Amino acid sequence: MARTLLAIYPHSARRYDEMLMADGDVRPHWRGFFNHLDAVSPEDMHQRLDFADRRILENGVTYNVYADPNGADRPWVLDPVPLIIPPDEWAEISAAVAQRAALLNAILADLYGPQTLLAKGLLPPALVYGQHGYLWPCQGIQPPGGVWLHHYAVDLARSPNGRWWVIADRTQAPSGAGYALENRLVVSRVFPEMFRDLHVQHLADFFRDQQEGLTKLAPLDPGEQPHIVLLTPGPYNETYFEHAYLARYLGFPLVEGQDLTVRGDTVFLKTLRGLKRVHVILRRQDDDYCDPLELRGDSALGIPGLINVARAGRVAIANALGSGLLASGALMGFLPAICRELLGEKLAMPSIATWWCGEKPALEFVKENFDDLVIKPAYPTQRMEPVFGHELEGEAREEMLRRIEARPHAYVAQEMVNLAQAPTWSRAHERRLIARPVGLRAYAAVNGDGEYSVMPGGLTRVAQGAGARIISMQRGGASKDTWVLTNGPVSEFTLLKPSFGVRDLVRAGANLTSRVVENLFWLGRYSERFDDSARLLRVALARLVDVGGEKTQAVASVLELAERLGVLPTPEEDNEVGEGSEHSLLEAIYDPDQPGSLAGNIRSLMWSASHVRERLSLDHWQSLNRLLREQQTAQKKHPTLTEAIAFLDRVLLVSSSLNGFAMDNMTRDDGWRFLIIGRRLERLSFLARGVADFLRMESARGQGCLEWLLEMADSIITYRSRYSRHAELLPVIDLLVFDESNPHGVSFQTNVLGRYLERMASELGADYDQRLSGAVERLRAFDLGKLEHLQFNQCRSCAPCEELATLLLDLDAAAAHLSDGLAMRYFTHVGDVSRQTMAL
Amino acid sequence: MEPVRYHVLHETSYDYGSPISLSQQQLHLSPRFLPWQLVHEQRIDIEPQPTWRRDGLDAFGNPVSWISFHAPHDSLRLRSTMNISVLSHMPDAEQLASSMPWEELRERLAYDAQPPEPEDLEAVRFLFESPHVRVKHELAQYAADCFPPGTPVLVGAHNLMTKIFEEFEFDPEATTVSTPVLEVLENKRGVCQDFAHLMIACLRALGLSARYVSGYLLTRPPPGKPRLIGADASHAWVSVYAPGTADNWVDFDPTNNLLPDTEHITLAIGRDFSDISPLRGIILGGGSAEPEVAVTVVPLDEEEIPEALRAAAEAVKAAD
Repeated sequence: MARTLLAIYPHSARRYDEMLMADGDVRPHWRGFFNHLDAVSPEDMHQRLDFADRRILENGVTYNVYADPNGADRPWVLDPVPLIIPPDEWAEISAAVAQRAALLNAILADLYGPQTLLAKGLLPPALVYGQHGYLWPCQGIQPPGGVWLHHYAVDLARSPNGRWWVIADRTQAPSGAGYALENRLVVSRVFPEMFRDLHVQHLADFFRDQQEGLTKLAPLDPGEQPHIVLLTPGPYNETYFEHAYLARYLGFPLVEGQDLTVRGDTVFLKTLRGLKRVHVILRRQDDDYCDPLELRGDSALGIPGLINVARAGRVAIANALGSGLLASGALMGFLPAICRELLGEKLAMPSIATWWCGEKPALEFVKENFDDLVIKPAYPTQRMEPVFGHELEGEAREEMLRRIEARPHAYVAQEMVNLAQAPTWSRAHERRLIARPVGLRAYAAVNGDGEYSVMPGGLTRVAQGAGARIISMQRGGASKDTWVLTNGPVSEFTLLKPSFGVRDLVRAGANLTSRVVENLFWLGRYSERFDDSARLLRVALARLVDVGGEKTQAVASVLELAERLGVLPTPEEDNEVGEGSEHSLLEAIYDPDQPGSLAGNIRSLMWSASHVRERLSLDHWQSLNRLLREQQTAQKKHPTLTEAIAFLDRVLLVSSSLNGFAMDNMTRDDGWRFLIIGRRLERLSFLARGVADFLRMESARGQGCLEWLLEMADSIITYRSRYSRHAELLPVIDLLVFDESNPHGVSFQTNVLGRYLERMASELGADYDQRLSGAVERLRAFDLGKLEHLQFNQCRSCAPCEELATLLLDLDAAAAHLSDGLAMRYFTHVGDVSRQTMAL
Repeated sequence: MEPVRYHVLHETSYDYGSPISLSQQQLHLSPRFLPWQLVHEQRIDIEPQPTWRRDGLDAFGNPVSWISFHAPHDSLRLRSTMNISVLSHMPDAEQLASSMPWEELRERLAYDAQPPEPEDLEAVRFLFESPHVRVKHELAQYAADCFPPGTPVLVGAHNLMTKIFEEFEFDPEATTVSTPVLEVLENKRGVCQDFAHLMIACLRALGLSARYVSGYLLTRPPPGKPRLIGADASHAWVSVYAPGTADNWVDFDPTNNLLPDTEHITLAIGRDFSDISPLRGIILGGGSAEPEVAVTVVPLDEEEIPEALRAAAEAVKAAD
């Protein structure tokens, strides 16, 4: 066996090694994979790793880190080497996880019901009544099917003797299943042969079970189809990627709190076509934020009245409100006795030794053995990082002991575990494996039979350092795919579509939420705005570079228009063209904090795109990500004017591919309609204001100005093909304003908008239509003959120019009025948030 | 002693300035039954008519109503009227002195892996932190001198009530509904709600169970003057767990330094204000959201029942 792979791989007697036995031999279930790794050439491996990295970046698999001052997404770190678990070992893990899920569900049923566990002294009241996570308003609520815990995650670790232990229970809104899925999609393509030959169990069956389980619990009225939504706190949540990803994968609409509304004892989704009843809410939002009427009143995220719907049994909330309290580590010590009481069984997998300081003897033990223990908060709602006893000295130690003494029930102590180590591919070496501590997060979900299915696999989490005792994604850890091997056949069921077809990009329009439509509208506006400003900036930069920074009239006029349109900031004093304008041009491109800048537009574009992420295709999303990365990389490099032009070229390329996706790949539903309306309105406004200002600008009378106007409106090629000579005012205006066949002309935009408005007239009211069509009529009535003998380079705000400019600005005002009207009629009004009132 | 009978009128009104498109409200405006309190008649009139309504009991046994309005409206008026008898239930000094030593009670309420007494299990609901009652070390320190070793729990509670009454100043400008207990402790100012929260926090910090009681207090008009409608206010006080007493719980009013008897009318009981705020709502739209609240408490045997209240009382009767 080639040993170079293991040249720097450490042996540890203090840790269990997933791959190597005590004598250094590779464990049987790892041999195939190890030999394969050994046989792959370094070049091949490089390619595979590149593929994995690219895939993660482009899919935007990110983990938002709260502590990051920029709030930036940090790419998900994936180690390509999976954790491999043999069939017999998995059978035990799986049975234990299913049993624990059933046990925790039974505990919730008791604590929100008869509370016999408290009456029998099997559980301290402090761990129920003393927790903010115990939601009093939920006492007595009977959820559909008697299921409180619909999905559950558990963190497992392996001790040096090879036994698995439970480290932590996740019962609120367990995260990571989506990341496990994404890891699988990447890693199974990095090692496709191994994935097939080793008989790795697929994950799809688990998600289908989850779908079926939720569908079965939907409290339907006669004639209704189950309507299941995934509730997310929004794009600022650390695991938003996963919410969008799972929503797409499971086929549930992704909604935020403001998309839902309670009327009486029913909860509805606000859609473009009215209210649509929701039967099941798969929630990724913490429960105390779910109903400001009865829970935390200070949050705008919630759905006022939701608890009343649950009380009436007319919605299944997964997990039930109030389930978070079981994530308390303090419960662990009481589980063996409770398991015997409630299930009549022995608890299959032990929990890590845990002492709840609220018990006198436990408190004494903790004080005596402080150095060997980790101190953690007893309640998941407490904000406190784990503290290692032996790391605390002097005053800090005394202070910690005092705090425990003062409120013993708020603390637990756990023994320190030496996590097992697993091989990880070293990025720093040519072909070396290194060892990193790992833990496994396993998942269970209630299935159609009301039992718990366990995901055959899970998220293997990798600690950052070789000696780490804590694994935290927030602290910069990585993850692995988990391969559970089977002796039997592998199920070929899949929820993934073979490729992304038109239907995947935009689902049927009936469920479109008002918020989604609003964001698509803005996505349309921002993508056009960003295209327009990129084009205008390129025109300016190109002129400036061509003349070597000289202040020609063409340069001056294009800069003036850019200022008038807000693409460039208005100069505070008379800047000489040259250095000053170069600088402000570059800022207008790269500085996201400057109002109206291209970078700022990219940011807004990403923002609205991130709110409709589950509706965008992967290709779509990848293009946006590439764009953002380009801008961020370029910003750091102090680019030259020439580099900036090259950047704008690429930006326009990405922009046109974005438009291509919108035109070619999106289903023609209401969402698409609003995206296009947004685009057309924005382009109309840009052209109308641009041409009007141009006509009024003295500087525009110079040589070469009509040419740049054509270029800015992306119409220079059409013009040349038609007239093949110098630009003159009459044909230029005809092409940019009146020619209905020019997709970059004013009339084309008004025609398209007019067609849409006709269809929406009954919903929107006639006023908006009339105002726009009136402005269009007046513009059409303009006599082009007035421009026929006009010497544009000599006229100074002559009557025909001024008349046309006024008509164009009227049209722009009508467009703005229409935009407001659409917002009033169709959108959620994100600004109009619920408020709490209180009377004594 | 004869029960004392009261009419209570509790009016709340909102003028929002501009229309509210959606409103949901949770009402803790119906008095609960207690061993010493009998509710003869009670009703809530609401204007405009709610679109939807549900009545029930909350987790602490208080009557609660949820109402919602789905049509635009620019004002909301609630008028709660009740006819109630209150029996004397105040323990005398001897009974206070014969209550259990506080440390013994603390041990009894602590978990020992044995099945607890049913009344103790009921009481530990009120033993821990709640949204408005943070349990901090400073609070135990503040109360320490009221509870020398071996002090009967009710004597200690009485000491604490008196200490708060003497050291704190009643000042409606000093606090809001969300002022934290520690800030109240530091500034030594507040209203009945603050004093109740503070006293509860001190008792819980010592390991004792204490409940928050909301209700009304009879006020006496100046001699010779008629009773004014709406001159009274909602009131709040504390109830302390003392097993072995007649009702297991004894009320203390730290704002007035007295043991509530027949002049305190109980509306609801919770861990703190947040469990039983009389009217809590979520509205969408509108301008102002400041309510006007008016409370009138009239003993039924009083000769001069104000006209408006008599009309309200008769309306109740006519409706029944």
